[in-house]
Amino acid sequence: MTTTQTPPVDNGVNVGALLDARVALSGNPELARFTWKATTEWINGTHSLGTVEGFRGLGGEHKHRSTFTFEADHPEVFAAEDLGATPVEIVLAGLGACLTAGVASVAQNRGIQLRSVKATIEGDHDILGILGADPDVRNGFNQVRVTFEIDADASRADIEALVAQSQKRSAVFDALTNPTQVVVTVA
Amino acid sequence: MLPASRIPVVVIGAGHAGLAASWFLTREGVEHVVFERGEVANSWLTERWESMRLLTPNWQTRLPGMAYDGDDRDGYATAVEVAGFVKRYAESFGAPVITGSPVESVTAAGDGYEVVTPRHRWQARVVVIATGACNQPKLPDLRAPLQQISTIHYRAPEQVEAEGVLVVGASASGVQIAEELASAGRRVTLAVGNHVRMPRTYRGRDVQWWMERSGLLDDRYDEVDDIVRARRVPSPQLIGTPERRSIGLNELASIGVRIVGRLVGLDERRAVFSGSLANMCQLADLKQNRMLDTFDAWARDAGVDGEVDDPHRPEPTRVDPNPPLGLDLEKEGIGAVVWATGYRSDHSWLHLPVFDRKGELIHDGGIVTGAPGVYRLGLTFLRRRKSSFICGIEDDAADITAHLLSYLQAVARKGA
Repeated sequence: MTTTQTPPVDNGVNVGALLDARVALSGNPELARFTWKATTEWINGTHSLGTVEGFRGLGGEHKHRSTFTFEADHPEVFAAEDLGATPVEIVLAGLGACLTAGVASVAQNRGIQLRSVKATIEGDHDILGILGADPDVRNGFNQVRVTFEIDADASRADIEALVAQSQKRSAVFDALTNPTQVVVTVA
Repeated sequence: MLPASRIPVVVIGAGHAGLAASWFLTREGVEHVVFERGEVANSWLTERWESMRLLTPNWQTRLPGMAYDGDDRDGYATAVEVAGFVKRYAESFGAPVITGSPVESVTAAGDGYEVVTPRHRWQARVVVIATGACNQPKLPDLRAPLQQISTIHYRAPEQVEAEGVLVVGASASGVQIAEELASAGRRVTLAVGNHVRMPRTYRGRDVQWWMERSGLLDDRYDEVDDIVRARRVPSPQLIGTPERRSIGLNELASIGVRIVGRLVGLDERRAVFSGSLANMCQLADLKQNRMLDTFDAWARDAGVDGEVDDPHRPEPTRVDPNPPLGLDLEKEGIGAVVWATGYRSDHSWLHLPVFDRKGELIHDGGIVTGAPGVYRLGLTFLRRRKSSFICGIEDDAADITAHLLSYLQAVARKGA
């Protein structure tokens, strides 16, 4: 009897650990309750600095390996300094990152080797809303489009299935497509 | 209080599942009784809408010891016809059914379980629960001045008072009711989340022929990837009609049904829908085509390509790129909501420590964990993909009966 050795698929995702976590957390649902946290500090004008350091989950506090910061501002056409990404662009990047992480994880789980994954995320936005110039226009996006270019050892149908499944399990996709209670207070 | 009568086995529910268990018990000479809250095939007679037909063709209607023998083998039975078939089945082997006896409680007692109905107290070693999978509609807690109808209570379009109707859920019930209401001249909006698209026929054969012959229906609960997910898969978008037509979102859109995303918010003024419709439709198209790929591969391997038409793929679901995310109910004239959001089974009378944190019965393919001698039949994917199908009960009931027989023998040996 001969056996053929195919190189193991490695997208750098530890799917085993994720599947183990799913089993472990199903039995301890309170450990699955996470709270994510970011702080934002105003610098000047529309320029601010966002920071993420730690989060709560698995019954305890956690620190990132290092502190991550996000410069945010508005572009010069908004009469701003353009010292960072526009907040809506950070949202788009968040969506792209979340879906891309999903693509890699689902591909790993399905034994599909990825070579390259590029997502282009566009958000259509009528700014008459935020300018208060037209009460019939909403503040947020009118439509968000994500286009994936993926090079992988898989058929087009399998790649489409990866992308479809990543949406089904994406936190940011859900946050953008479904309403969320948002509570803002002054401390 | 009356003393409890003793009997080895109590079966609860005289639908096709409970009766299939009774058929095996009768064959094995095991004394038992079947309690039925109403009459035989009760839910088929009292909880189905008028136009509803089985999703499976008549040739697939078979129970242990009895099969459809009419001359419309490719047709689909109405609820009344199914009830008639199940009633004839009960009579065919003299099933010991006690009708009009809803079970009020099952508790651990003595060497087994005490089963109480308004008129009886029985002490049994074994209890087989066959009370159906669709006892209670899953409904949101909503107080809105809208006419609200669940699929259990929906009967016919005349029942819906308003001109505009929101149907929530796009599984078999939702798409069938949406179509019926639209055909009756109502303006129908259908809220669509996760759904299963399926053509009625493929390559000239009923899709159920493909599912059965290719072995898909026999997939076992302990062999599929994710049984929790498999048990939650919604019923496929199918309808049984003489012309064997398909009923998907494209078909509904073509008769004027407005397709929107999953309902995520509803109050007296406004309905809000998810922006995930395109994803939901693409997932359904991909899964449908994957299933058809499986059928094609099976046909090739099994050498039946010559018996069927050439492979083809249904047109992708046409999705409005910008479906409404919210609707003003008054402006749209929507005065009624039909909830086709699925069902849960009612085990509120089962007073045993056999439920998980979400209230779901814990069982291993119908063998209830934590209550030796208690069994469940007739739930979705209980032991096989076909478990909730009429034709699927024979294998499950055979397995469960075999298990309960060895349990009865083991406790008898221990007692002796």
